[in-house]
Parts: sequence; C-alpha cells; structure tokens
Amino acid sequence: MTAGSPPAIFRGERAREVVTPEGVPIRFTLALVGDRLGAFLLDVVVIVGALLAVLVPLLWLLAKDAIDGDLVGAVLLLGLFLVRTFYFTFFELTWQGQTPGKRRMGIRAVDARGGPLRAEAIIARNLTREVEVLLPLTVLFGGEWVFPGAPGLARLAAVAWALLFGFLPLFNRDRRRVGDLVAGTVVVRQPEAILLEDLTRRAPARAAEPPRFTDAQLDVYGIYELQTLEQVLRQRTPERPEVLEAVAAKIRAKIGWTDPGPAEPFLEAFYAALRGRLERRLLFGKRRETKHDRPD
Amino acid sequence: MALELKSASFRAERESSWRDLERLVATVERRGVRALSANDLSRLPVLYRAALSSLSVARAISLDRNVLDYLESLSARAYLAVYGSRRHLREALSDFFGRSFPGAVRAHRWQVLLAFGLIALGALTGFALTLKDVERFYAFVEPALAQGRGPTSSTESLREVLYDRTGLAQALTSFAMFLFGHNARIGLFAFAVGFAGAVPAALLMFANGLALGAFAALYHSRGLSLDLWGWILPHGVTEFTAVALCGAGGIALGQALVFPGRDERLASLAARGRAAGVMAIGAVVLFFLAGLVEGIFRQLVHSVPVRYAVAAASAALWTSYFLLAGRRGP
Repeated sequence: MTAGSPPAIFRGERAREVVTPEGVPIRFTLALVGDRLGAFLLDVVVIVGALLAVLVPLLWLLAKDAIDGDLVGAVLLLGLFLVRTFYFTFFELTWQGQTPGKRRMGIRAVDARGGPLRAEAIIARNLTREVEVLLPLTVLFGGEWVFPGAPGLARLAAVAWALLFGFLPLFNRDRRRVGDLVAGTVVVRQPEAILLEDLTRRAPARAAEPPRFTDAQLDVYGIYELQTLEQVLRQRTPERPEVLEAVAAKIRAKIGWTDPGPAEPFLEAFYAALRGRLERRLLFGKRRETKHDRPD
Repeated sequence: MALELKSASFRAERESSWRDLERLVATVERRGVRALSANDLSRLPVLYRAALSSLSVARAISLDRNVLDYLESLSARAYLAVYGSRRHLREALSDFFGRSFPGAVRAHRWQVLLAFGLIALGALTGFALTLKDVERFYAFVEPALAQGRGPTSSTESLREVLYDRTGLAQALTSFAMFLFGHNARIGLFAFAVGFAGAVPAALLMFANGLALGAFAALYHSRGLSLDLWGWILPHGVTEFTAVALCGAGGIALGQALVFPGRDERLASLAARGRAAGVMAIGAVVLFFLAGLVEGIFRQLVHSVPVRYAVAAASAALWTSYFLLAGRRGP
C-alpha cells in the first residue's frame, strides 16, 4: 500500500500492476464489483430499450393489421439473438474495452498481462456471459425445465454450482469473472488524476526569510508523514484552518519549535524542507518510509 | 530561496510534455484515435514513452504524491490509448475470417475431431437404441425439437414435415427460431460450460448426437431415410460443424484447466480461451448460415438430388475453408 493516498482499504480498493511492453509497471485500480454490476445493468437497460424501439412500431403496425404476427415474432427473436450475442463484443471492440454501461460507470477492460487488448480476448470474455448470467437465471427460475423430477438436494447443488459462476468475481483477488479468466483480462477503473501545483513552489513566495530547520528536527518524520502532510495541505474542506492549526501545533511540539506564527506558511516551509531532506537521502539510496524507520 | 528541489525542477522541465500528452489522450478517449491529426498521431507514442520514463524517474527521486499519482494515471491512460484495441471494425472482420478463425480451427483439429466423434458416437447409439425400442425416442428428443413428431405419427405426416411449403414470413420465423433453437443454444452453451472442465461439453456433444440418431431411427423404421437426410444435411453439415466447433472450444477450455502444461493454470486458460472464443464466435456465424439454409432454402427446394448436392457442396466448402484459408501471412 502506498502512503499518502486516502486509505485504500476503507474504500474497498485494490490495485493491480500491469507491466507495459516497455517494461514499466503501471498500477490500475480494480473496478468495484458494484460498479461492474451497475455497468452490466445499464447495458441491459440499453439492450431492452433498443429492442423496445424496434418492437413498438412493429406492434403498432400489427394493431393496424398491416403485418403478420409471425413476422413480428421473427424480427423480435432475431433482434434478441443479435443483440445478445454481439452487443458487448461490438462495443468493446470499437470503444476500446468499454460498453455504454462501462463508460458511464468509468470502468474498462484491459489485458491482465499488459499487452494490447486483442479482439480475440474481447470475443472470448463476452461469450461466457451465457454461462454466467443465463445459466444461473435458468436454474433459479426455470429449474423444472432444466431437470424435471430431480430431488430437492440435487437441485440445490445445481443452483449452488450455477451461482458459483455468476459470483466468481467475489471470490478472487482480482475480481475476475469467468470471462476475464478465459480471456486473460481484468476490469479496472478508468484512471484519472489532476496535476496540482507543486507545494514547494509556494513556500518561498510567501516568506521572504523562510524558517530554517535543523537536520535533527527534520529527521523526526519519514515519507508516510510527508505525504500525509501533503494531503492535509492540499485538502479543500471547510474545516481546513482548524486542521492546519492542529497539525502545526503537533509538529511544533514534536520538533521543539518555539517561534509562533500562522500555521499555513509554517507547514508549507516544513513540508518543503522535509521533502528536500528526504529526497536528497533518497538519491543516496536511503528510503525512510515512516517515522518508525531509523534515520541512520 | 536556499536551493530548488531536484524533483521540483524535474517537474518544471517535463510538465509541458505531460500536459501535451494529457490533451492528446483526452481527445482519443472522447473521439477515438481518428480524431487526431497526423502530426499528433505521430507524437502520441513518443510522448507516451516520455511519460513512462518520467514515471520511472519520479518513482526514484520524487516524494510528491500528487505528481506520482498524476504520472501513474497519465501513463495508464496513454497506455490504454496506445495499446487499446482500436482497429477498424472492417479490418478486424477481414482478419477474423481470413486468418484467425480458420487458424484457430486448425490449431484445435484434434478437439474438433473429438467433438465430431462424440456427436457421431451419440448418433449411432441413439440410432441403435431407438431402432430396438421406438419408445426411447421420447427419452432422447426434447418435445420442442420433435415438433409433434414421434413414434405415433403416421408415415404420411412424418413425410409432410420434410416437404413443407410455407410463405416467406414463416420462413423468416423458422430462421429466427432456429437461432434460438436447440443446436445454437447447445453450441454456445457447450463453449461456456467448458470452463467447468471438459466433461459437460463432451456430454452435450454426445446428447446432441443421441437426438439426431433417434430421429434417424424413427424415419428409418418408416423407410424415409433418404428423404430425412436430404432434409437434414443441407443445413446440417454447417450446423453440426458449428456445434462441433463450439464443443471443441469447450473441450479446449476444460483441457487448459485440467492439463495446463508448462504454463500456470490461469495463463493457459487465458491463452486457450482466446483461441476457443474465436472458434465459438465463428460457429455463431455458421449457425447463421445454417439458419438461412434451413429457413429459406429448404422451404423452397424440394428436389432430393438438389438437396444432397447442396449438402455436398457445403461440406466441401467448409473442409477447404478450414484446411486452406489463411495459411500464409503472419
């Protein structure tokens, strides 16, 4: 886990590293199961809507006796088959691993090993929806049709077995469903982050004579504390002034800083000095993760 | 000020190229790669590699969380823009039918032969058993598939079905019904269920053969064999090829799980799954063609020799397609 970012565990986030063909590992945040379910349901809504858009005019024609009832049935069945088989594949092929539902939820499918997302993988991962969605549904609601006359216990076992496929994402670390395993893909959050101003650029602009800290005062903290301080300084909540005061008081007490003054310039100066010290030591190969590591 | 941080000057030097890349990537995300000008298109991979190298450097020298997060996310987005599947649909289709589909079938020739063998074995079993005791027909054939036909039907009505004359609307209906029908369902299902080990897929193939055998036995007992095969084969050649391809895909999946070879189980599954998925989606296309033949051709053409000729031609077509297509090239 990396320090600084909001505690990932609380948000139920997990990361997966993908090594690009250039050999650089990039971290992706895995999509939440809820997001994926939401995306799937949205896609189902789109599918049903599209079918209705075809069906309603046909029914209207049927009511006016302009066409044959068989034809309506045929067109509907044909449409259902086409949509069921090709909807997800078509969109993921043309929208780079996204369907309308996925795009709305901000998630997408990527290759688990870092290669390009290939057409074969998209095809494979969407064909298995048959067993993931339709099988559990059929077993649940059409049990009589699947295994007429089977004893209750056998039926229960079949239901459990079928559900296992549908709920596979809940049971593995990378939240992969059957289709992801078959195609070698994972579904990740669409990455987005904004580049903010560098905090060390602010400090000198404020104070003509920035406060000086001794090495001993800076060696109180490590990287984790530095990045937590960064987060505190970057936050834009209404209670920011009080938080800054509290943090400044705590740091002053810890390093024995007696010079009083406004909290923000002090914290910015301390941040810049601490980052300078830790980064310089980083260049010499000394990485101090937290205040509990020995400063050697 | 005392001295500028190395990470701050590093950022100041590179920031404009990051912003450039961000702009290009945002365009690609919103409107696709084709929205980029030729100049931007050639800069995209260059900027992407620069961002990756910035990321590597930043990980080593910078403790600015925001810069690290930003570079991580920018690299990820650029990576998706550069390596995401973004081929033109037409190109992907021609590559699919010209190369990857027949190639996948050839790569799985043993599984395909095994699936055909299982269907044939099922058919022989169903034929022999039903011939002995005609009541078994009901055990092997679902009522929906039988369409009211059975041991109690008269020979005349059995014959009637084979030479049915219907209008275009009915033909279209029967085409659509076909796609939802027995075999197309079994086929896709066989592929998907391969994940549960190869056995269910193999059983499905066998059961599919049983139904065919039972039909054959029923018609054989009335002396209508020649007519029946003339009815089945024109679309059946294509249809059973498709079923066998799906079954072979399912078997390959199960095989990858049970006998992963030198790879990890999941890696082997992923590698096989892609190839098997190609076969299954190709099989969907075959089902489509078979449905057209069944729904339209069969209603219009009643001459038995022509029906057999079509069957033979489609057999020859598929054999040569799968054996020869896409042999050359990358």
